[in-house]
Amino acid sequence: MSLHAAMEWLANTEWSIALHESQYAYAVIESIHVWSLCLFVGFAVLLDLRLVGAIFHDVPVSQMARRVLPWTKVGFLVMVVSGIVLFYAIPLRTYHNVFFRIKAVLLILAGLNAFVFHRGIYAKVSHWDLAVPPRPARMAGLWSLVLWAAIIFSGRLIAYNWFDCSKPQPATVTAIAGCTPDMIDPYQ
Amino acid sequence: MWLPVFQALEASAMGEAVRSSLWLFPIIEACHLVGLAVIGGSILIVDFRLLGLGLRTHPVSRLARDLQPWVLGSLVVMILSGVPLFLSEAMKCYYSFAFWTKMTALLLAIAFTFTIRRSVTFAADGRFGPGLQKAVAITSIALWSAVGWGGRWIGFS
Repeated sequence: MSLHAAMEWLANTEWSIALHESQYAYAVIESIHVWSLCLFVGFAVLLDLRLVGAIFHDVPVSQMARRVLPWTKVGFLVMVVSGIVLFYAIPLRTYHNVFFRIKAVLLILAGLNAFVFHRGIYAKVSHWDLAVPPRPARMAGLWSLVLWAAIIFSGRLIAYNWFDCSKPQPATVTAIAGCTPDMIDPYQ
Repeated sequence: MWLPVFQALEASAMGEAVRSSLWLFPIIEACHLVGLAVIGGSILIVDFRLLGLGLRTHPVSRLARDLQPWVLGSLVVMILSGVPLFLSEAMKCYYSFAFWTKMTALLLAIAFTFTIRRSVTFAADGRFGPGLQKAVAITSIALWSAVGWGGRWIGFS
């Protein structure tokens, strides 16, 4: 079964239709998604700002990681769960949404950036805990800031239908979104 | 009393510019969200500290003073991006319960943050008891959450 077919099947499940057609459930879940943005991205931004040397000079980076990161993880969990539910409410359109696909790639990049930071320069944090963070740490913080801002942008833009497969699109959009001619809605 | 004001704002050049553009509203809206993450994080981390969570080994006043420019800076970004969004749909906002809720909460949140919360968070450690600190934190989280939820809800109405 292709992913497209899987999304089609998902879109026709009872709960997906119920969420899609609900008066309040979708809006409430989206509000939770936006609220946890403050907890998750907000706290990640603070850690990044510490890494680039903008705030909390007297707070050791390891303290930030030990005391702030657990809350960031809570925020991330709420973000992922609410995000999956939002996807589940509109699976087929979201799967073929250009901004959703860009967001997915950016999320992977942000994950890789965090992974490289933790495995790399952060493993030697005891050498620079209170000093100005070394260049790789500053770069990791900077990349994280840029990536999360871009993720917020692409996430917000998923709501817009400019590049939806339901209308004729230029070749690049068709390629990125995985549109096929049969998806064009003649009545739109 | 507000109706003619909102009608004039709806007809303003900036409102018209945002309304007639395909991209402006979404892009400004996304900036508004990036600002939200920054203001949310920098307010929440201090409220968490007041509740005894997160960076609890550091003095509240240190964290609060360090973050003050970020709170102010992101508030400016929020207002600068919020105003054109509002102007583009001023009449919709006039009839939106969510909008009035948000604006009321916003005024209260700003007033609270720069008076009571500022005094409590900038004070030396031990000056205010943990009970008061927690009450300030919960009030702050409640007020700013109301601002955020109200804001998100303008779009649903």
